[in-house]
Amino acid sequence: MMDAVTVPPFERFYETWSGEILAFLRRRLGAADAEDAFQETFLRALRGYDGLEHGRELRAWAYTIAARVAADVHRRRRPAAEAVEGTADDSRPAYAEIEHLADGLPPTERAAVVLRYGYDLSYEDIGAALGSNADAARQATSSGIRRMRRKELQ
Amino acid sequence: MTTVPDSLDRRFRAAAASSGLLDVAYDLFDSPFGMLLLAASPRGLCRISYDPEPERETEGLAKRFGLRVLRAPLDDPRRQLDEYFEGRRHSFDLELDLVGVGPFPRRVLDELALVPYGEVTTYGRLAAQVERPRAARAVGTVMNRNPLPIVLPCHRVVGSTGKLVGYGGGLERKERLLRLEGALL
Repeated sequence: MMDAVTVPPFERFYETWSGEILAFLRRRLGAADAEDAFQETFLRALRGYDGLEHGRELRAWAYTIAARVAADVHRRRRPAAEAVEGTADDSRPAYAEIEHLADGLPPTERAAVVLRYGYDLSYEDIGAALGSNADAARQATSSGIRRMRRKELQ
Repeated sequence: MTTVPDSLDRRFRAAAASSGLLDVAYDLFDSPFGMLLLAASPRGLCRISYDPEPERETEGLAKRFGLRVLRAPLDDPRRQLDEYFEGRRHSFDLELDLVGVGPFPRRVLDELALVPYGEVTTYGRLAAQVERPRAARAVGTVMNRNPLPIVLPCHRVVGSTGKLVGYGGGLERKERLLRLEGALL
């Protein structure tokens, strides 16, 4: 399939989404940790940028990276004692698992499912990531989940 | 709408520039000769443009060098240009990236780079130096498309009668550059 949405120069991607992503990270982590996480998010984006095949869903892509960085920060914050209690299986971050399971979903549904169940984002934030709203995010998430169930049953 | 604080924005851009992940870093420079855009790839300075439209320039740079284009400080070229504009520098000590420039333009630009500060040559003479004596007009085209004006001194090339003829950045700038260098009184 031909895709007319080309990936813009990184500068434009950064200028367009940096403010929103910073606001998101401040909500997730508080102002103090948000700054390091912001830099890490956009450096990771830069690292992955020339692997992008099209320019659709760049906003959701940016949120996914930011959510992953925030999850890493949360994990580091967790006291060591608590981490020891978990079994080896539990130590696998939720997002790794859900990203794997959601592979093959249409992009919007995939992003919604991953952000909801992998990163525990609110529907408001997912709506922002998808460029829509909370209702649309809820809908995309549940139709993604339904589709995953159907796939499982096959 | 959240805006990214200046300090954080600067910190990210500097980190990106030193990460080795950029295809091109570019900087906007408010010079005595007007607004300039400078751009550098990991191989060297690759673009100088007068009165830039950043949106169009970043698109062009992305096409030529790769998508990872970001505004980031280019301190060394900027400092050298500053010194040049103040009359304290007569030659540039910079790596240049002329990737994508064809063989003929490349030979012409190499020859152009040898024209000393404060002197002028002619389109015809440059054509003769690259062994294409009848290609003065083609040399003019190369000058017009020079990706690195000032550093590759196309302002030092004039018509056979001494007339300034043309300049990508406008004739007024050409005249001022030659006056700065003492090539015009």
